[in-house]
Parts: sequence; structure tokens; C-alpha cells
Amino acid sequence: MDQTPFPEISHRHEAFADGLLLDCGVRIAPVSIAYRTYGTLNAARTNAVLVCHALTGDQYVAEPHPLTGKPAWWGTLVGPGRPIDTDRYFVICSNVLGGCMGSTGPRSPRAPGMAEPWGIEFPPITVQDMVRAQKMLVDSLQITRLFAVVGGSMGGMQVLAWASMFPDTVFAAVPVATAPYHSAQNIAFHEVGRQAIFADPDFHDGFYASHGVIPARGLAVARMTAHITYLSEAALTRKFGRRLQGGNTKTPVLFGERFAVESYLEHQGSSFVRRFDANSYLCITRAMDFFDLAADHGGSLATAFRGSKTRFLLVSFSSDWLFPTAESRAMARALNQAAANVSFVEIVSDKGHDAFLLDEPDFHRTVAGFLAGAAEAAGLS
Amino acid sequence: MNAPAPVRFVAKNMRVDLELIAGMISPGSRVLDIGCGDGALIEHLFRTLNCDARGVEIDMAEVTRAVAHGLPVMQGDADTDLSHYPDDAFDYVVLSRTLQAVERPREVLRQMLRIGTRAIVSFPNFGHWSLRWQLLSTGRMPMTKTWNRMWYETPNIHPCTIRDFFDLCDSEGYRVEHWLAADEAGRRAPWRRAPLLANLFGEQGLFLLRHDRRTHAKPPEVTDPAR
Repeated sequence: MDQTPFPEISHRHEAFADGLLLDCGVRIAPVSIAYRTYGTLNAARTNAVLVCHALTGDQYVAEPHPLTGKPAWWGTLVGPGRPIDTDRYFVICSNVLGGCMGSTGPRSPRAPGMAEPWGIEFPPITVQDMVRAQKMLVDSLQITRLFAVVGGSMGGMQVLAWASMFPDTVFAAVPVATAPYHSAQNIAFHEVGRQAIFADPDFHDGFYASHGVIPARGLAVARMTAHITYLSEAALTRKFGRRLQGGNTKTPVLFGERFAVESYLEHQGSSFVRRFDANSYLCITRAMDFFDLAADHGGSLATAFRGSKTRFLLVSFSSDWLFPTAESRAMARALNQAAANVSFVEIVSDKGHDAFLLDEPDFHRTVAGFLAGAAEAAGLS
Repeated sequence: MNAPAPVRFVAKNMRVDLELIAGMISPGSRVLDIGCGDGALIEHLFRTLNCDARGVEIDMAEVTRAVAHGLPVMQGDADTDLSHYPDDAFDYVVLSRTLQAVERPREVLRQMLRIGTRAIVSFPNFGHWSLRWQLLSTGRMPMTKTWNRMWYETPNIHPCTIRDFFDLCDSEGYRVEHWLAADEAGRRAPWRRAPLLANLFGEQGLFLLRHDRRTHAKPPEVTDPAR
């Protein structure tokens, strides 16, 4: 399968000449944030919904992807008449800082006028840095209060960071299939992925761009590993079972694509490397690993949300073992402790972590109803 | 797919004992409804009394229904989740027809009066004459409209009588600010001044409690919805 990266295209973006002071102490300037908007901002500028994407997502939340041509990644949730109704809300989605779809990241030039990209030397960023970059974008759109901030997985981490860093800017928060910290198991899986990238001879210690190659094999393996964590045993069994590819030969074959699940993963890996940059993958997985909201607040998660007026909806999925319900429940309890307004639902699904991106009617009804209730409380007609 | 408009409950569709409960709650107060079901009471309190009302419900299907109606409800368990709230987070904590089904009723009551200034508790009265008669005449566990599951599968593991409940309040140091007995439909029974008669003829008991050892400035305004 063709693993040539898609050509870089230009994306709608906002540039910030002063840049951003990162948590690590480095200031990067200028900073570009690529974003898309859907729907119309009302005259009072009160109907904005910020959608935060997950690890390998991007700003194309509600339209076909310009590179891959694939359908919108959250088209079931965001769009006209959808739970996040673009006929009603002004939806903003930006590519995260450190990403590779137009926002400043490892593929960006080190300095204006320089051709050489940051590459592996892009400064380490945090989820909070991503949020600060989004805040600059929201400010530049002259929006002082977001009606809602919504996101799943790493997007959910950003939602939690938003609510703790800028409580007065967030009227309603919907962190989905996420956790207030990245668990040891999740860090472990990320590390397997990173090691696969490091081990690829085409990685060249991160300077693969100057060699005119990409660590396609390593990045594909990283994606394959990660993809397993997004599914569930039940989902894999239903989709593939022990089905063999190509003929019914009973002769065991040592190598090659034999089981359907293998070729599925192979496909996931191969198509991923065409659109995603390996250094971005390293950078963003690291940001997730270091996410720990309680640790940033003296070990108390409740402290992060003390006095919050934000209305929260936490959603987890019963078969999600990457961000299990227990972590959402702990989050809900911390919000109770902070006397915050919190709704919490676990959606029954056998589709694993991926469920948040799929057609889950109960999930969609829940988000729609929560936003309708919040809109009423916010005085949005 | 259209985003469904939140369903609006109106008082006349609300279970009548919920109306009695709502009558004990002052406008504009902070309320936590434990075992809130589909959220009928919190919807009513929000709509008619402008309360900041929230709910906890153990049944996920009910929670989903409530949240999809735009109500702030979280999935949780009265026995385990109340300890996570701070002291005095609410003006009223409501436990409607759930006390008999929790694992540790006394601890749940303690938590309710820790996190709330006042507690409103309703429960089916196991001292009702029909239950007493059935037990006496048949020698078997009574079966009624309320107590309608066999003893081995009933969720109501801690039945009590109105008298038992008075005793518990006494030993725990809770002041009964208001109480009444009602029939199944929630019509209040006329034995308000006579606990022994209420215990015999009331199908359910409804209590407004507060902690005796705490002092609070303003007594609640009790309105009478049956008027």
C-alpha cells in the first residue's frame, strides 16, 4: 500500500506574532493555529462551541477531510440538526499545538524565514499549552465566553483543562471518554508506539525530514498498537473473529497477512502514516502522558474545580478500557466535592474507546439534551 | 436527526408524593434529589420554584433519560456517593421512597444531614394495618401494591414503620420539623397529630428533618400543596 505522505496543503489559520510561553519555559513565536468553524456566531457572540480533537484528530470535525477525503470525524455529533447543531451553535475546532494539520508543531519552521523545521527538537508541550493556544484563537474571534467546550479522549483532557484554567470562559463542559490523568497502562502503550518509531532506521534520530524519508514502518506499528487499545475484545471478535483472508487453506502460514484482524491493523497503520507526522505523534503522546490535573493542584482534583460555575456532562463507555468508567466516576466525585453542577452517564456499548466517535444513539441523545438544558440556563434562545 | 427538545414535566403528571415534597421546599434553594428517577421532581423544582436542583440515580437508563431531558443528573449510589459531597452543599437533600432500599439507611441519613441543611425523607410505612393483618392472618410476608415483590427478590431490604423512623430520628438527634402520613396516591392522611394512628393507617410517611445540634437562622416556609 502506498505510504507516501500526502502533500502539505494550506489550512485556514490565525497567526499570533507574540507566540506562546510554554509550560516548559520556552517561548515559541510566532504561533499559528489552524482551525475550522461551522454555523454562525450570533450577534451577542454567546453561541460558540469549541470542539477539541483527540490524539490523531484534527480541525476537520464536520466536513470531509481535505487530504484523505474521508467523512467528517465527528459528523454524527456535529452538523446541521446534529446534537451539536451547527444551525444553532457556532462550532470552532482547531488543530492542537504540536499537531501536523496546519498548527505550529514539529513540522513548522524553527523561525520565520527558516526552512528547517523544528522536528524532534520542538519543545515539549502540555495539554494546558494546547488549551492556551486555543484560548488565543477564541480571544482573537472576540468570544469572551464559550457556551460549551466538548471533546473526547485527549480532547476530553483539553475540556477538563479548559474548565480548570478558564472557568469563567466555559459555560458548559462535556469531557467524553477521558480521564483527569493518563494512567500507567496508557503511558505504557504510548511508549511501545514511541519505541517502534525510534527503532525505525528511517527515523534518523528524529531528523528524517533532512533525509527525505519518513519512519513509516515505526509510525504504522505505533498506530497499530494504539488502535488495539481503541477497540474492545467484543468489537474485534464481532468484526473479525478468527476469520482468515484469502482462501480456506488450513495450512498454517508463518508470515504474511493471514487473519482478517491483521490486515485490518495493517491498513490502519499504512493509511495513518500518509497523513500524520511521526514527530507530532511523539510530541502529542508525551503531552498526554504528562497530563495530571490533580498533581497540578496539590494532589486534589476537587481543588482544580473549586467554585466552578460550569455545568459538566461526563460521559464514559462501558467497554472502554483505555479510559474506563471508573476514571470518569472519580472525576464526577471530585466535581461533587467542588459542589459543581455535574451530570454523569455511562453509555452501554461494546465498541471500546472508539465508541465516542461512532453512532451511539444514547450518547447523542444525552449530549443533545444536556446542551438544550444548558442553552436554556444560559439564556440562549 | 433532530436534537430532541427536552421533555417538560408538569406538576399534575408528577407523582403526588413528589408534590407534597415540593411543598416543603423554599423557592430558590439548592436541592439534591437522591434516587431521582427520570428527574420529575428536579424538573418541577427548577420550573416552578427556581431551585438549583440536581439528581443522583442508580439506574443508568433513568439517568440517560433525565440527562437527555436536559436535567443535571449523575449516575451514583446513595450508599457510596454521598460522602463525596462537601458539608452544607445543599439546602435540602431529598430521599423519596428509597430509604428502605439502601444498604445502610442510618449512614445515608447522616450523610444527607451533613451535606444538606435539611433532609426530606419519604418511605412506605411497614406498620400499615393491611401489612400487619396479612402477617397475622396468613403467617407470610405481606404482599401489597407497594410491597409487591417476594421477600427473596425485593429491593426493599430495610422496611420500617413510621414509629421506627421517629425513634431513629430521636436517637440520631434529628429534629422533625414537619411530618405527615399519606396514602399511596399521596393524599395526606388526617393523623398528623397522632403518630400511632398514622402508623396504622398511613401508607407512607414523609418527614422534614434537620440536625438538632446545628443552628440555622431561617425556618423553611411550608406550603400545603393539598390545599
